[in-house]
Amino acid sequence: MELDPVLLSRIQFGFVVSFHIIFPSFTIGLAAWLATIEGMRLATGAAIYRRVFDFWLKIFALSFAMGVVSGIVMAFQFGTNWSVLSARTGAIQGPLLGYESFTAFMLEATFFGVMLLGRDRVPSWFYFLSCCMVSLGTMFSSFWILCNNTWMQVPLGHAVVDGRIVPQDWWAITTGPIVRIRWPHMLFAAFLTSGMSIIATGAWHMLRGRHLAEARVMLRWGLGLVAALIPLQLWIGHLTGDYVHQYQPAKFAAIEARWQTEQPASEVLIGLPDPRARKNLFALVVPKLGSFIASGTWDSREVGLDTFPVRDRPPVVIPFFTFRIMVGMGLIMLAVSWLGVLLLWRGRLERARWFLWAAFASFPSGFVAVLCGWFTAEVGRQPWVVYGLLRTRDAVTPSLTTRYVAVSLAAYVAVYAIIYAFGLFYIYRLLRDGPADEAASHDGLTPGRPAAVALPSGAE
Amino acid sequence: MEPSSLALFWAGVIVVAILMYVILDGFDLGIGILFGTTNDEALRDEMVAAIAPVWDGNETWLIVVGTSLFAAFPTAYAVFLPAFYVPVLLLLLGLIFRGVAFEFRHAGARMLWNWGFFIGSTVAAFVQGAAVGTMIRGIPVAGGQYAGGAFEWLAPLPMLCGVGLVLGYALLGAGWLVLKCEGALREWARRRIPWLAIAVLAVLAVAFYETLDERERIATDLEDRSWGLIFPAIGLAAMAGVFLGVRWRRDALPFVMTVLFFVAAFLTLAVLFWPYMIPYRITVANAAAPDASLAFLFWGAVVVLPVIAVYTIAIYWLFRGKLIKR
Repeated sequence: MELDPVLLSRIQFGFVVSFHIIFPSFTIGLAAWLATIEGMRLATGAAIYRRVFDFWLKIFALSFAMGVVSGIVMAFQFGTNWSVLSARTGAIQGPLLGYESFTAFMLEATFFGVMLLGRDRVPSWFYFLSCCMVSLGTMFSSFWILCNNTWMQVPLGHAVVDGRIVPQDWWAITTGPIVRIRWPHMLFAAFLTSGMSIIATGAWHMLRGRHLAEARVMLRWGLGLVAALIPLQLWIGHLTGDYVHQYQPAKFAAIEARWQTEQPASEVLIGLPDPRARKNLFALVVPKLGSFIASGTWDSREVGLDTFPVRDRPPVVIPFFTFRIMVGMGLIMLAVSWLGVLLLWRGRLERARWFLWAAFASFPSGFVAVLCGWFTAEVGRQPWVVYGLLRTRDAVTPSLTTRYVAVSLAAYVAVYAIIYAFGLFYIYRLLRDGPADEAASHDGLTPGRPAAVALPSGAE
Repeated sequence: MEPSSLALFWAGVIVVAILMYVILDGFDLGIGILFGTTNDEALRDEMVAAIAPVWDGNETWLIVVGTSLFAAFPTAYAVFLPAFYVPVLLLLLGLIFRGVAFEFRHAGARMLWNWGFFIGSTVAAFVQGAAVGTMIRGIPVAGGQYAGGAFEWLAPLPMLCGVGLVLGYALLGAGWLVLKCEGALREWARRRIPWLAIAVLAVLAVAFYETLDERERIATDLEDRSWGLIFPAIGLAAMAGVFLGVRWRRDALPFVMTVLFFVAAFLTLAVLFWPYMIPYRITVANAAAPDASLAFLFWGAVVVLPVIAVYTIAIYWLFRGKLIKR
């Protein structure tokens, strides 16, 4: 594989979008969590919920700011590096992404400000409403992104006129059968990501013997939410696999590392795909299970990569492993949450330090699952950028040279390394310090500065 | 080919959004530039405080420009961004540094973020000016895609426009400081306004001369549009107002007159470029997405743009008057 503008542009896009997705997937879940906790405070009047709320609000504000900063870069990546894609599909992708940034802005301009700074200035029902609207806003933001990406995975509702791809049926594009599966899959992934972070933070403070009351709330709610959501997510994930099986058979074969068509098909649980020899090394194989996973019967015929011309085959190694890591993370979440609920029910959770350590250590599981899920979806779609319509190779900006993409990639890596090192350090510091003992007052802060809530402003 | 009314609506949205961006983010980028010309931490803190409530709202207009351009004029978007590959990269990195420097300054590593604030603002301003200069010279296009090199924007005219915009934004920023502040900072800023104004005029005069030198590249029929000279005339009058504002010690006048100057300069460029979106190759009508796309996002714009406008007005109203020192 040689370093050409196409490959470097893919690496650059993958790099900036991977850094970006960490924050939205965290904040979508946190927004819902904050709305839930505020609802509980309103219902019970218990002060503990206020302390937990204020603690997570700071983390939310800083993560939101990081997400916005990295999101601006995304809005320009399509044009700088993928200008043929922009020109040919802009009539569809442009309005979808336009709605996304409009949604995000509506949110930031209105209810987000109330949420950060309006606690003492609006009635409590209105404050709760603002939390719910922010949560809804983050979810709708992700809806537009998923519409756009789903259209790239399985294009629907368009026509090709003079080489340009134009919209014909916006309903099919925005409410098609696949969006209805993939959007919930992403939402649940975001909820689980935040849920695991909340569990881990609770476990951390519990292990250190600090902020015990708040840690208890985090552990209970986090474990309960994850335990309830994870079976649903595994089922929705299965439905997502069904759409891949039906609409993107080459991606499905790549995920399964199925080099030859089989009937009945076996399942490679784990192994090392060798793209040159077109076989799997050190493979652990279960006969007939592949047919069952793909179609629910034990003897179906499942297509292998040999069915597709070489130029239409996706890479195998990355989707194969990222898919298995994602599923593995799901199983870790299942184990941690159900075991935790069991311990909680038996009243032994707080003394089970081994479990608290395990829960603390599993904090990245959601983030890893989200990233690996996206890698599976995006790498598995190759060699297409819009499946069946436009090849990635043909979508890149024609005037780009290897040197300029290499320079821009190096610049992004260097700047992100600095910014994210500091940003993550500040988030870490907030998590470590834990909830304030008494509800902090936000007086004297200025709106329009999301992170102002989170950062100490010693100089002022 | 005449643009459809939806295409005209979206072109109008983009024109207004660019103008809003230039004026609003212009003054806070300008303050970022002035920030680097003093070592006095007290002055610096006050400068930051003068824009803290508004800067990220100001930056939103750039996102409105970017997303509207992609959605409504994908052909122009697909030419414009590759043509400015390196400047866009520098702009984004500059804005990122400026943005986080704002938030991180108080949390440690102050030197790093002070430099980030100054350099980020200066680079962002410079590349915006360079882009304008490149557009005046015209952008090479073949087969609907950008057909020039990566450094079209390194020619003398774009460089002059880049320097000019850095100085122009600094002038706007100084005007804002005079408007919003009192005491030492107001005096500090007021002393700089005449020098900045003279420098802006000098750079623009050289840029104008350079443009005449390259006038065969400009495809618009300017003979037909001599009425457009009214705008440069308004611009010169506005500059005179800036000087008078300093002389009469009127706090609002220099800023208001600099804004008028920017509006006049903007309209001068509009006269130069119309009907082209990518000078002088792709017109508004040719760049527009099909009406099915423009109509779909129209409803989003009808709801969101008034909200942005109300939000902007509300924030400025809330923080009207002189900055109160804590």
